[in-house]
Amino acid sequence: MAKNILIVEDSAAMRSMIDSILGETVGEEFLITEAQNGFEALKLLPRIQFDLILTDINMPDINGLELLTFLKSNPRYRDIPTLVITTEGKEEDRRRGLALGADEYLIKPFTPESLIASIKRLLGKTGPKG
Amino acid sequence: MSKEKEKKPQARGTRARQEFVSEAEEVIEKIFQNLIVLEDGAKSREINPDTLNEIFRGAHSLKGIAGMFGLEGVSQLSHSLEDLLDRLRMGKVELSPELLEHLYQGMNTLKTLVDGIGKGQEEDKLAAEKMVARINQLLRSQSQASAASPFSSVGLDPNLFKSLTEYEEHRLAENVRKGVPLFRIHTVFPITTFDQDLTAVNQDLKKVGEIITTLPSSQPGREDEIVFDLIVGCQKGVESILAAAGDRAGVTVEPIPAGGKTEAPAPGPAPGPAPEEPKPREGEGAEESLKSVSQTVRVDISKLDRIIAIVGELVLSQAEIQRLAEHLRGQKGLEELARELFRANRLLERKVSELQQGIMEARMVPLRQLFDRLARVVRQICRQAHKEVDLEIFGADTELDKLIVEELGDPLMHIIRNSLDHGIESPEEREKAGKNPRGRITLNAFSVGSHVVVEVEDDGRGINWKRVKEKAHELKLLEPGIELSPEDATSLLFLPGFSTSTKVTSLSGRGVGLDVVKRNITRISGMIELESEAGMGTLFQITLPITLAIIRVLLVEISGRIYAIPLTSIQENLAILQNEIRTVEGKEVIPLRDKTLPLIRLERLFRLPAPAAPSENGNRLYVVVVGLAERRIGILAGNLVGQQDVVIKPLGKLAEIVPGIAGAADLGSHKTILILDVGALIEESTRASGTVGIK
Repeated sequence: MAKNILIVEDSAAMRSMIDSILGETVGEEFLITEAQNGFEALKLLPRIQFDLILTDINMPDINGLELLTFLKSNPRYRDIPTLVITTEGKEEDRRRGLALGADEYLIKPFTPESLIASIKRLLGKTGPKG
Repeated sequence: MSKEKEKKPQARGTRARQEFVSEAEEVIEKIFQNLIVLEDGAKSREINPDTLNEIFRGAHSLKGIAGMFGLEGVSQLSHSLEDLLDRLRMGKVELSPELLEHLYQGMNTLKTLVDGIGKGQEEDKLAAEKMVARINQLLRSQSQASAASPFSSVGLDPNLFKSLTEYEEHRLAENVRKGVPLFRIHTVFPITTFDQDLTAVNQDLKKVGEIITTLPSSQPGREDEIVFDLIVGCQKGVESILAAAGDRAGVTVEPIPAGGKTEAPAPGPAPGPAPEEPKPREGEGAEESLKSVSQTVRVDISKLDRIIAIVGELVLSQAEIQRLAEHLRGQKGLEELARELFRANRLLERKVSELQQGIMEARMVPLRQLFDRLARVVRQICRQAHKEVDLEIFGADTELDKLIVEELGDPLMHIIRNSLDHGIESPEEREKAGKNPRGRITLNAFSVGSHVVVEVEDDGRGINWKRVKEKAHELKLLEPGIELSPEDATSLLFLPGFSTSTKVTSLSGRGVGLDVVKRNITRISGMIELESEAGMGTLFQITLPITLAIIRVLLVEISGRIYAIPLTSIQENLAILQNEIRTVEGKEVIPLRDKTLPLIRLERLFRLPAPAAPSENGNRLYVVVVGLAERRIGILAGNLVGQQDVVIKPLGKLAEIVPGIAGAADLGSHKTILILDVGALIEESTRASGTVGIK
């Protein structure tokens, strides 16, 4: 079964890069949904059963931390694994992300291998539904 | 693995790089716009934290993507700028003019780097390193203000604190430190419309205060709703908050007491989540919001060019069908079939033309981006040269073909620079002349039919025409005793070598490199004219076609060859008799409604064999009247062949060697025709008038 992954990231180039890294991963099938901000993510959540959520921290209106708080406070979304992507230098925000219940973090710039490794690890944690 | 994801790694490299460049360009452009807002705010000592934060986010985002694409220079420099901006937004350093200058210069360097990458060049890491060193030096010289957090006493839910980013925490602290009253705005919106609802509330709130954080949450059992808690700082107090946001369904406002627990909600309307909220209709709302996810697509212009080329070929095929239909019509017994073919072909023609129109529209961009960029440079020059000049912009929404807009940048910049350097006098000089000490440059754009006019006007010292005339005599461009007409004087300024040999100041700075400006404008089939009055200022007027890619032309036959004249520059066609042509001062003219119209014979200009004696038409000739307003000429043609849409193929360097030719086009059946450059022909005709000539 293909895994549903949500990418929440305001940079189109970044989304597209993650998308192509995942697209070239052999032996896995991912269905990728992109949201360019927290709003779009909130709109997509009730509609698609995601297996994994990748989110940036620094975004306008609703930031990644606020999105995480929402996810973790809602029984419906609480168990979806989350991967926080931060940019080098903002370690404090990363720490807060982990405190809010993010499962893993990745610091930009990251290698395709580390992204794939994180994703595989997190998907391994999900239950049998995937 | 799904099919569309199978991309070749190399293809991803190029495509990804393009994506990086176009996104980086957008981010940089936005930062520049915000820097201007920031600079204006700094003057009145009102720095909007949202603007500052948006600039920071821009630099932050650039750093992130540049890092991922392995662009070290861009990444390091944006990192350095981000660092500077971070300290600024955290209140650790002050926004000094020097710091602002560093921000501008840093962004300029970033832009140059990204432009270079866009052109496929190696990244200029050295330039980036130099700039980074300068920023570091500035940072070292700035004293660090202490950033203590004085808000531990604020009565906020500790859960809320956890979702604040470092920056939001700082903004909260700043508001507390300044004693700005804080409010908690609780909203409940239907899940289908919450983005519009919340955006509307946000907009109103931003007018009266600062939104520090937006925390989404949901209530168990209410899957169709979403809750947002906003923390807002508002100096104006509870009334203005209530006025801005209180009067909505699902919104409640409560003040957050400094140093205590949350009080009872303020007596605002609709306390608590509104239970009578209309239920959204399920399917409909969901579909609509999915659509809103993405509404624009960025397309590489070369793809549009490719489609245009295909449309051009379609036009040719369609013309071929037309020809076949005409052929059929002459055949006995096939008339009915021919008629049907004509009808079908007409429909095809209409659809092809709609398709053309659609693609043309997709290529159109507003002049705003270019104008904004020019405004930025003007500010920068003014800052560096300590000049006081206001730039006014009108008609920035006027649209033109993207390629034309790109080509227009350099000539406009050249003209504006001239105005700044030489046209606009010093404040003292201006005051003496009874003018406002602040100079003014106006950029204006508007559409006229299928053309767009772009004007650059300044209120500087204008052109010293007397000096122009003297110079013309000095250079022996003017025979002694002959007066210089205003048109000739103007065209002198655009002659290569005319002004570069003149001292800049003696010509009031005008004419410097204007030949280059003119050449650039001509290359995009534009015409440039200027008006200037001593002491009052100078007006440059550039007339451009809306697009370059496809044009409708009139095909004419001259000395047995077919040439194309763009329909947009044709005023009318006349049929005349050979003996109507008069000769005035060695020039051929015809009378045209109380005026004389100068004629031009292309066979002479292009050194073609003289046309065979006109026999079948008697001595009938055609005159195609081209030009703008007062500057008109008649092109003599042996015959008018017809109208057609053609796709222009630029001749590149060749067009500069052969004056009067703008480009080439395919006519089908492997026939290539030349398209006349009307602007250059008018030029040629005035130059041949005998009063003015190139040395």
